[in-house]
Amino acid sequence: MTTQIPAVGTDAAAKARKPPNRRKRAAGTRREAMRGWAFISPTLLLVLMLFVVPIGFVLFMSASDWSLLGGFQQANGTENFDKVLSDPMLADAVKFTLKYTLLTTVILMPISFFLALLVQESRRWNNFLRVAILVPSALGIASASLLFYALYSPQVGPLNGILDKLGIMDARESILGTPNGALWATVILIAWRFAGYYMILTMVGLQAIPGDVYEAASLDGASKISQLWRITIPLLRPTIAMTMILSITGSLLAFDQFYILTKGGPNNSTMTVVLLIYRYAFETRRDLGMAAALSVLVLVALVVINAFQLRALGGSRKSD
Amino acid sequence: MKTSFTAGRGVYYFLTGMIALTFLLPIFWVLYSSVAPNSATSQADGFGLGNYEALMGYGEGLGTYLWNSVVVSFVAVGTALAAGALGGYGFARFNFRGKNTVFLLVLAILMVPYAALLIPLAVWMNKIGLQDSLVGVGLVLALFQLPFATFMMRNAFEAIPQELEEAALLDGCGQLKAFWRVMLPSVRAPLITVGLFVFLIAWNDFMVPLFLVGPKNAPLPLAMVNMRQQTMGVIDYGITTAGVIVLAIPAVVLFLSFQKHYIRGFTSGAVKG
Repeated sequence: MTTQIPAVGTDAAAKARKPPNRRKRAAGTRREAMRGWAFISPTLLLVLMLFVVPIGFVLFMSASDWSLLGGFQQANGTENFDKVLSDPMLADAVKFTLKYTLLTTVILMPISFFLALLVQESRRWNNFLRVAILVPSALGIASASLLFYALYSPQVGPLNGILDKLGIMDARESILGTPNGALWATVILIAWRFAGYYMILTMVGLQAIPGDVYEAASLDGASKISQLWRITIPLLRPTIAMTMILSITGSLLAFDQFYILTKGGPNNSTMTVVLLIYRYAFETRRDLGMAAALSVLVLVALVVINAFQLRALGGSRKSD
Repeated sequence: MKTSFTAGRGVYYFLTGMIALTFLLPIFWVLYSSVAPNSATSQADGFGLGNYEALMGYGEGLGTYLWNSVVVSFVAVGTALAAGALGGYGFARFNFRGKNTVFLLVLAILMVPYAALLIPLAVWMNKIGLQDSLVGVGLVLALFQLPFATFMMRNAFEAIPQELEEAALLDGCGQLKAFWRVMLPSVRAPLITVGLFVFLIAWNDFMVPLFLVGPKNAPLPLAMVNMRQQTMGVIDYGITTAGVIVLAIPAVVLFLSFQKHYIRGFTSGAVKG
């Protein structure tokens, strides 16, 4: 350290003494830096005020007694975390969230892969199919959930009558009235809303595979099925990994669809982790400290899961 | 055409047509249901717009909620476009220390769940004078889309040849003038993509206002959801279906008119939502 400081000093002194070319260049880089900072200053302001400070704030809140109405009371160490971790609702919520994530991903991924194969060639009919399948993704999750909420209702929805005729359930029962009904109803809503989105992502991956690979395989006498297994799926692995990460992360953070469709019911059977954060903050506990503690846990879990998934994705890229 | 239309092709068109119909049917149904007679709704007998009339007078009135949605969407789109374009240019064209740190910080927004930010923001917004504020909601929505907007605009500016800008600077344009007159017009397509995306997300979002504003300041999606939550047991499905249609119309019209931009946005890989 001590040897470095004079070295820097002499360098600066030399710079200052050597006129005017160097000084001009130094001033030039300084001016460039100033201009750069000026251009990114709106971004920086937003990120600092609405991202960096709140992240610091949530850490602080998670270690404080902080009620919804009373605000900050006092620092309380890890008490909020203890309360959250000992809440039996949390274990159920984590279990349900994982189950929902698994189910959504296992159903959504093959559907969108199949749809992408179906519409990848650019033809007029395929363009129509793409648009039709993508229209639901223009609706927000809130609109889509409200739509399905009406669709599933015994009062105006057509499904109760149909399911009754098929002998699956009684017309007076509610589809959302049983834990399994509520779960499947939500999974179907999400599959409908997101299939087009993942289809497009997969389609772009498919179109990036050069056509001559398939031509060579056909000349070698490979069947369509074996081309799918031997060429398409291996070459598509990065895309498949990316869509899976998006689906898994999105489902782990599921909130809107359950808040609207099931409110976590019946009997808290469809309570997701993020829904539990909301409950802690605004409904059951009105305890922002506990909500903050659970938020921090979710944040850490998500960073770990994402890092793990990205590493898996990176690995598959390398091996290809 | 005549010879190629075999039975197999017929089956293919039928099956794929059925798939398309599966995705469109719920939307057709809700449109039909919103005007169809049902004794449980405001449109008791005959087809008509009774549910839409009921929606007009629901809560604070449809006009208020729509206005709230418009304010939130415009603040979100304006902020995301301004910060995205200026920031994207800054990140693409200037070299300075700390640049990469800020860029990574912007991308880090993608890693953070909405809820983990909304809990502290529910308190923090009060401290910076944005309590119960639609502008605040718009700014938070813009922040969530900032990784997408910045990434998209940085790539767009990087793709413009440096000579174009140098020529403008040599012609005596200042940096800001060169940006405004030469650079911005060359990135019109990405700007449209970003604007469209942020608009659709802001227009449809209900989670951010749920955490940050009261029921009187609710944008339309939140107002519709609130009805579902507040009226114990009695839900007016007629108003709900009419509300879904009112929400869907601008979204679907914009989607159909700007499909290419929309798909490009999807596939840029930095979308949060």
